[in-house]
Amino acid sequence: MAHPDKARPRGDKRYWLDERRNVDKIYYGLLIVCGALATAELFYEKHAHFAAENWFAFYGIFGFIACIGLVLTAKELRKLLKRGEDYYGDD
Amino acid sequence: MATIDGLPPGLILIVGALLVPLLRGRLRTAWMLVLPVVGFAHLLMLDPGVHAAVELFGYTLIQSRVDRLALVFGYIFYIAALLGVIYALHVEDKVQQVAALVYAGAAIGAVFAGDLITLFVYWELTAIASVFLILARGTRRAYRASVRYLLVQIGSGVLLLAGIVLHQAQTGSIAFEHIGLGGPGANLIFIAFGIKCAFPLLHNWLQDAYPEATVTGTVFLSAFTTKLAVYALARSFAGTEMLVWIGALMTAFPIFYAVIENDLRRVLAYGLNIQLGFMVVGIGIGTELSLNGTAAHAFSHVLYKALLFMSMGAVLFRTGTCKGSELGGLYKSMPYTTAFCIVGAASISAPLFGGFISKSLILAAAAEGHYLITWLVLLFASAGAFYFSGMKIPYFAFFAHDSGKRCEEAPRNMLWAMGITAALCIGIGVYPDPLYAILPYQVNFEPYTTMHVVTQLQLLLFSALAFAVLMRTGIYPPELRSTNLDSDWTYRHALPKLVCALTAAVSRTTAQVGSAWAAFFSSSMSRLYRYHGPQGVLARTWPTGSMALWVMILLLAYLVAYYL
Repeated sequence: MAHPDKARPRGDKRYWLDERRNVDKIYYGLLIVCGALATAELFYEKHAHFAAENWFAFYGIFGFIACIGLVLTAKELRKLLKRGEDYYGDD
Repeated sequence: MATIDGLPPGLILIVGALLVPLLRGRLRTAWMLVLPVVGFAHLLMLDPGVHAAVELFGYTLIQSRVDRLALVFGYIFYIAALLGVIYALHVEDKVQQVAALVYAGAAIGAVFAGDLITLFVYWELTAIASVFLILARGTRRAYRASVRYLLVQIGSGVLLLAGIVLHQAQTGSIAFEHIGLGGPGANLIFIAFGIKCAFPLLHNWLQDAYPEATVTGTVFLSAFTTKLAVYALARSFAGTEMLVWIGALMTAFPIFYAVIENDLRRVLAYGLNIQLGFMVVGIGIGTELSLNGTAAHAFSHVLYKALLFMSMGAVLFRTGTCKGSELGGLYKSMPYTTAFCIVGAASISAPLFGGFISKSLILAAAAEGHYLITWLVLLFASAGAFYFSGMKIPYFAFFAHDSGKRCEEAPRNMLWAMGITAALCIGIGVYPDPLYAILPYQVNFEPYTTMHVVTQLQLLLFSALAFAVLMRTGIYPPELRSTNLDSDWTYRHALPKLVCALTAAVSRTTAQVGSAWAAFFSSSMSRLYRYHGPQGVLARTWPTGSMALWVMILLLAYLVAYYL
């Protein structure tokens, strides 16, 4: 997740998150937790209001797809909506 | 007790604020801290019912109507005022100090207003007091934003007044009670509330003005105006089906803007709009569960949104910018602020934090009412809101690529304000019973069931995973310095352009008509001159002889004609 930090001042203390490996650890940790949350569904009884709630990992998959869709749509919208910072001449 | 009950709640802050400029140093600090505490204590002592009724021009004006709905909003407004004051203790500007307290007092006064005229007075006072919090930023951008803000806010007040007049003429009542859509007066009141509540297409004053206010001003602004509108809608338009759709739309469409917006305080303003949508859906559904949800969510949202605005304010205060494109790596310089920001982000909907136990009520009400589409939209908004407010804000400000910016940690008073707010966010999340106990109706809801916790965690962490995947694959759009067109484009660009074009067209036409007229006039004049001027044929003096000659010719012609 972290980019190489060229802007980091010299002699600056190195932090745990400055290591690429550690960022990877967080990422894989997140993957494992997500997997665990999906499987957790098998161990309790569901009380659903809507049929969709009974599908396996409905909330997780819905959230994942919704967010990917959201960003891709927003990225396209940017082509339509993006203007220069002082578009309205307020500065 | 009669005197305590007879004191209108809002006046404590408003009158108290007027003394602020007279005090100095620590005395002033102490005074500003004491005011909200006294106000809060006053609320605790109030008996339910109608107090402080005044007869004026044949109308009964009620300054203090105390019931459970009003009290929830009263409590949280006083808490927000106190937290805001702590956050702003380093500010020396008396104008801001007075404006903030009057603004908070006006919002509280409006909540306890028992009639529409009193509501109107406080409604306008919130607009006038709050605009100083934007003006105080001192930039040209802030000045122009504050003028637009004031126009919209006063416009809402004018509509409210017109609505009250029509409503009174139709029903004979000025009571601030359930009104419901129907008559023209009621509809105007609905639109007036809708403007302050940032309904879709009426929303843009919020994203326009809030990020332009001062560091501390935005914290105050985020708490009062919009939540006052939510309160007014809940009081007068609960159960209005249309609000379900309006609310759903409010939760869905600002998300896209939040993803591409660069100014992180503006991202939060879009997030505020989304959470208002949740509250509006709750009002629209109109069941006890959903209205409880609206009140609870207003309460927790005031806290965590203030916390997020505080953390971004601290960043702006220390680094001079709040733009995602220029920030990054600040966790090294501002570790406490980072931690508080993460608490604010988690409070949007993570279990054990404020938003989880309040938003759930609204989602549950939507599910119970079998509003499938609304429920799906709210779920999408939950994921999306966490996604950008929860991930984007902390990520781009404090982590992401290291911007090389090194600054001091936030001032101590800011840290205290953030710390207390964070503690409250976690407090109501872990132990929601006290909040549930003050809601308008009896609560029979258990937020911490296994299914609920697991499903919500799934929603959040899979959203976080989506963010991580997009970041790692480089698909995520970078933060760019930009302005994104929103509905304010109509009155900031299109309308001025149209007016300019119309003015140009009118002046062009006027000029053309004028020059055509001038040409006609001068040609007529020259023709006249040609025939009647000094050298003109018709102005010449003819000799008598030639006249006699012509007469003779005519007579001869006549004679010849006669004989023929």
